[in-house]
Amino acid sequence: MSHNKETLREIVIETAGVNPRKCMKCGKCSATCPAYDEMEYHPHQFVSMVEAGKIEELMNSKSIWMCLSCFACVERCPRGVEPASFIEAARLALIRQQGKNHLKAEDVPAKLNDKLPGQAIVSAFRKYSK
Amino acid sequence: MQRIGVFVCWCGSNIAGTVDVHKVAEALKSEPGVVIATQYQYMCSEAGQTLIKDAIRDHKLTGIVVCSCSPRMHEATFRKTAAAAGLNPYMVEIANIREQCSWIHKDMEVGTEKAIILGRAAIAKVHLNAPLVAGESPVVKRALVIGGGIAGIQTALDIADAGFPVDIVETKPTIGGKMAQIDKTFPTLDCAACILTPKMVDAAQHDKINIYAYSEVAEVKGFVGNFSVKIKQKARMVDPVKCTGCGLCVEKCPMKKVPNEFNLGMDKRSAIYIPFAQAVPKVATIDPTACLKMKTGKCGLCATVCEAGAIDYTQQDSFIEEKYGAIVVATGYNPINLDQFDEFAYNQSPDVVTSLEFERLTNAAGPTAGTLLRPSDGKHPHTLVFVQCVGSRCDGAEKGKSYCSKICCMYTAKHAMLCREKYPDTEVYVFYIDVRTPGKNFDEFYRRAVEEYGVKYIKGMVGKVAPQADGSLLVQASDLIEGEQLKIKADMVVLAAAIEPDQSARPLATMLTASMDTNDFFTEAHPKLRPVESPTAGVFLSGCCQGPKDIPETVSQASGAAAKVIGLLVKDSLTCNPCVAHSDELMCNGCSACEKVCPYGAITYQDKEFRMPDRTTAIRRVASVNPAVCQGCGACTVACPSGAMDLNGFSNSQIMAEVDAICK
Ligand SMILES: Cc1cc2nc3c(=O)[nH]c(=O)nc-3n(C[C@H](O)[C@H](O)[C@H](O)COP(=O)(O)OP(=O)(O)OC[C@H]3O[C@@H](n4cnc5c(N)ncnc54)[C@H](O)[C@@H]3O)c2cc1C
Ligand code: SF4
Ligand code: SF4
Repeated sequence: MSHNKETLREIVIETAGVNPRKCMKCGKCSATCPAYDEMEYHPHQFVSMVEAGKIEELMNSKSIWMCLSCFACVERCPRGVEPASFIEAARLALIRQQGKNHLKAEDVPAKLNDKLPGQAIVSAFRKYSK
Repeated sequence: MQRIGVFVCWCGSNIAGTVDVHKVAEALKSEPGVVIATQYQYMCSEAGQTLIKDAIRDHKLTGIVVCSCSPRMHEATFRKTAAAAGLNPYMVEIANIREQCSWIHKDMEVGTEKAIILGRAAIAKVHLNAPLVAGESPVVKRALVIGGGIAGIQTALDIADAGFPVDIVETKPTIGGKMAQIDKTFPTLDCAACILTPKMVDAAQHDKINIYAYSEVAEVKGFVGNFSVKIKQKARMVDPVKCTGCGLCVEKCPMKKVPNEFNLGMDKRSAIYIPFAQAVPKVATIDPTACLKMKTGKCGLCATVCEAGAIDYTQQDSFIEEKYGAIVVATGYNPINLDQFDEFAYNQSPDVVTSLEFERLTNAAGPTAGTLLRPSDGKHPHTLVFVQCVGSRCDGAEKGKSYCSKICCMYTAKHAMLCREKYPDTEVYVFYIDVRTPGKNFDEFYRRAVEEYGVKYIKGMVGKVAPQADGSLLVQASDLIEGEQLKIKADMVVLAAAIEPDQSARPLATMLTASMDTNDFFTEAHPKLRPVESPTAGVFLSGCCQGPKDIPETVSQASGAAAKVIGLLVKDSLTCNPCVAHSDELMCNGCSACEKVCPYGAITYQDKEFRMPDRTTAIRRVASVNPAVCQGCGACTVACPSGAMDLNGFSNSQIMAEVDAICK
């Protein structure tokens, strides 16, 4: 299933449940982001890219997999924009487009072990589950 | 039966665009009592008013209905028109077919139908209107200014210079407000104290100005021209008349560990204190929570050393009652509390300070005698990071204020510039979202910081400040132009905290029945055309209590408010609103329900003798309304369980007639 640019934009905004137009381009999200140096697009850009409808670019970027889902950007944004929610939405759109479900809830207990931080499972689940 | 004229206004296309005015006039012609119904392009114009006046005379009208804009706009105009033609002005009713009809409807048919209904309701009301005569009430020629910052001081000076007595009520031990704490002022960089303290002295020495420092407004009664205010003078434990301000007690007081609020807690003061050298009035104040004598009964040193015998540990709060014709609110602002912004480590490191604290750190009378030193170790800082918009422009987030605090861009440029000027070895960064400098010589000022002083302005926000083991602060920030995340090792971080109205403003607004916005700034009567008046008659606004402002703007508004006050106080009397409440003594059962709801204290009770049907007499308690105090808000008419309270011009039967006409 693939969508045109405008529908894709709408889907991502609706899934994220936040309004990219509230962004005042302060960059506090990117100032906070611990994965900044690993990304080619940065949290404040996720927001402007969604607003500009550049969803394909976002979906194909490394950034969406580099995001740690730590939600620091969400916590710090003075305007309640939630850049990470756009990343999640873009990931979801990609996974749905590919028709894949990489990580099922039933598989999680088997993967748990002492060495693996709980946060990693949560993060992986967010990224790879449909 | 009344003889009613109906005048439907087009208001150009404002009304006629969505309401068929011809149809409205035609339909209302057949209402009972209507002898003429007509329409015209602009009823409020000279020609329109002449049309109304002629109709009143020619048709011997006893009442008129104007279907036009809101009564707030032109009720007064049409009342004057009626009076000029010999009709009692209170026989005029306005049907608002613009704001409440044409402007909110798109469909002509719907709009027209609604306009006819609104017209019908007004006609039904006019049938029950009775001529009313407005009385007069005298104006007390004295003004009250609440708050003694630069706003209050300027307003008081201007009113007093016009010859009217003014009282300033200031909650702190001295007047001066925040300006007294500021070091230098943008955009000219003149020293704040040098321009403020002469004004404080002028106020103190003016024979028409009386300063109630360390005082608060406890109660407000009355109305425009005739407010009655109770002022609480808090106990200073020092007789302000005897005290000469010599400061010997301050020097001798053994309790020297009290955080000094004037320096924002960055140094200590004694239990008996004078906030700063140029304080007005220069009178000592004992802090009862710190004073050893008051806490333990032991000490009393200040009383021993005071040659004037001014110390009195038994002093109590006292109350004064005074009457005023006008009240000016000048309660100013405070920087917001930054507890919720822990990303900036304000509570974790003493080297993260607010901009107001920074003012004290560079002020010659401040805790470091004007040398910029790091609060943690007293060392000279080399790298400083300024963060703008801390807590401002936060909307949709859980903390902070949605508005722009307006002054931070300019004072941050000032701080950064002064740092570089005094200490050329410093590296100064300013992180900004936008730089807003729309004032006379403001942008030039900011550009000077960049171009002449080499301040590093970076477009982006700081996301995190982390205190390091070596005592430095790691600042992680965005550089949006370079597309980088910066990590700066800083010695100090200065936060431009948002400003908010004083906490006491909300209860004060309730006392004054003055309205506020959701941020607790006082609202003006009209955002463009009446910016210094509150919607409550006789209450005026000056300075930051109405919205964030710098000093030039504060002073302009302060003088503007003074002009409005003077305009009121030169009048000997004011025309009262005759639409006041009255109680039907035969129906009143003296239950006190109305007195409890009256916001103006207009209702009192009397014991009156009544002849009963069986020819005996009985004494009954009944309500009576003071028409000079009543503002006609109608709260009592709703509260009265026996239907005895009624409002002239808006009687229960008139309102019911309107409702019936609408439901017909
Ligand atoms: C860090 C910083 C730097 C600044 N630098 C500059 C500058 O360089 N140039 C410039 O133009 N502006 C500057 N400003 C802005 C300036 O401080 C304000 O414009 C000005 O102080 C506003 O004056 P005000 O009288 O309205 O309020 P305030 O100064 O706040 O005065 C209000 C007064 O009312 C009193 N009060 C409050 N509530 C009550 C009550 N209920 N009853 C009685 N009294 C009450 C308070 O104690 C206070 O004395 C700066 C502001 C900050 C924060
Ligand atoms: S922190 Fe919020 S407002 Fe600022 S750039 Fe990021 S998304 Fe936009
Ligand atoms: S009595 Fe209180 S104010 Fe006076 S000297 Fe002692 S501690 Fe200070």
